[in-house]
Amino acid sequence: MTGHGPRSRARTHVAAGAVAATLAAAALTGCGVGAAGSVQGATTLTVFAAASLTVSFEDLAEQFEAAHPGVDVQLGLAGSSALMAQLQQGAPADVFASADTATMDALVADDLVGEPRDFATNTLQVAVPPGNPAGVETLQDLADTDVSLVTCAPTVPCGAAAARVADAAGLDLRPVSEEQSVTDVLGKVTAGEADAGLVYVTDVAAAGDRVEGVAFPESAAAVNTYPIAPVADADQPGLAREFVDLVLSDDGRRTLAGYGFAPPSAS
Amino acid sequence: MRATTRSTGEAAVGVPRWAFAPAAVGGLFVLLPLVAMATRVDWAGFGSLVTSESARAALLLSLQTSAASTAACLALGVPMALALARCRFPGVELLRSLVMVPLVLPPVVGGVALLYTFGRRGLLGETLEVAGLQVAFSTAAVVLAQTFVALPFLVTSLEGALRTAGARYEAVAASLGARPTTVLRRVTLPLVWPGLLSGAVLSFARALGEFGATITFAGSLQGVTRTLPLEIYLQRETDPDAAVALSLLLVVVAVVVIAATRRGRGPL
Repeated sequence: MTGHGPRSRARTHVAAGAVAATLAAAALTGCGVGAAGSVQGATTLTVFAAASLTVSFEDLAEQFEAAHPGVDVQLGLAGSSALMAQLQQGAPADVFASADTATMDALVADDLVGEPRDFATNTLQVAVPPGNPAGVETLQDLADTDVSLVTCAPTVPCGAAAARVADAAGLDLRPVSEEQSVTDVLGKVTAGEADAGLVYVTDVAAAGDRVEGVAFPESAAAVNTYPIAPVADADQPGLAREFVDLVLSDDGRRTLAGYGFAPPSAS
Repeated sequence: MRATTRSTGEAAVGVPRWAFAPAAVGGLFVLLPLVAMATRVDWAGFGSLVTSESARAALLLSLQTSAASTAACLALGVPMALALARCRFPGVELLRSLVMVPLVLPPVVGGVALLYTFGRRGLLGETLEVAGLQVAFSTAAVVLAQTFVALPFLVTSLEGALRTAGARYEAVAASLGARPTTVLRRVTLPLVWPGLLSGAVLSFARALGEFGATITFAGSLQGVTRTLPLEIYLQRETDPDAAVALSLLLVVVAVVVIAATRRGRGPL
């Protein structure tokens, strides 16, 4: 036993050193694990989506997060052309979903996005205040000067669609206001200021019982197609592809249909 | 230092040295965005961009409505400032704060409030409709929105000027037998003229830049309700060059108006 003294002391030293090293390592790895864990928890997928997709994409993002633990989907919601401008200025995003093909085509031409796929369509509907005070039944009723009609300005997509529909029906619509966005049009209708507004089916659905929708057959003249594409230099190319796949899947279609979107014409 | 002495013409109190650097930073902070905007202007197309039909309609409407709302601000704001500065009644302090509310209110909220007041389904909407007045989507709605946001500027400047001027001269005039209206016309207003003028200029400038309340309350239609700021906002989406050109036009108009009144104020 006594003969073991020095050795054992030496061993103790080694042991102490080992413990210290282990402690240090544990501390280090402890931090390391923590850091790795928080990095994993903060894996962010940034999805830029047109404002009209707000509610449906919030729903889809939740589905995606449920299926991908540790992934946080951040939605950047704005007008398609505003989002296009941001992407052209180098805003970091992984997926872009547009409300019209023109903005997407422009980004394709700039090589800023991958191959786009159409995932939904949307058409116009007449939104009227609850009870339909002006008794609007058809698109033709909107040309009546007693009906105060609000549309989008012709330079914004919803206004261009309204103009196409009016042209197709041979109508001369005289809106009392040409608003900047669908939201502004809906605002005037829900406030009861306007008797009718031309907005998308999905906007009427999203507004719930604050407005009533009047469908009209001439809406087929202006069908808006929504394309989606992964962004070319995405930080999360794999997740971006998976998100696009979710939107295009049957589940995605069902979700979108729940908010009033129609399936793409032919894919 | 020399410049200070010359400009005051008296024993120079001078500006503390340390004030120059932050003053310069402040100046740059205001000027640099304007310079940045000017660098983005498509000068080759500037003329045609600012003389397009929609641009001319928007500029004309902006000038007309801003002039009308400045007149409304004067008609309502001068008596308000007089009452707030000269009258002692319970609740005057509270009233003074409430009058300032449109200053801190986001203009969009102001627009919503106006909608609830003058809109078709608003507090006064039915009364107005019976009277055959429809404010919604009319140029009158633009003037209402502009007056709402610009009024506090006139009231504050004038009230400040009235308090600074004090009531001594008015008391003298009254003691000499002048009636209140005569005192106002002959003594008070000449005394606070610079304050009144700068209040009116501020109101005009605020009305010229009004956007949020107008788009919420009045709508947007060329020649009727689409003022220059609304036109800029609309163009920004589709034709950024036009939006930048129009923004510069708005800046120039504002600067010209302010400079012209400053000059007019000089001799007084």
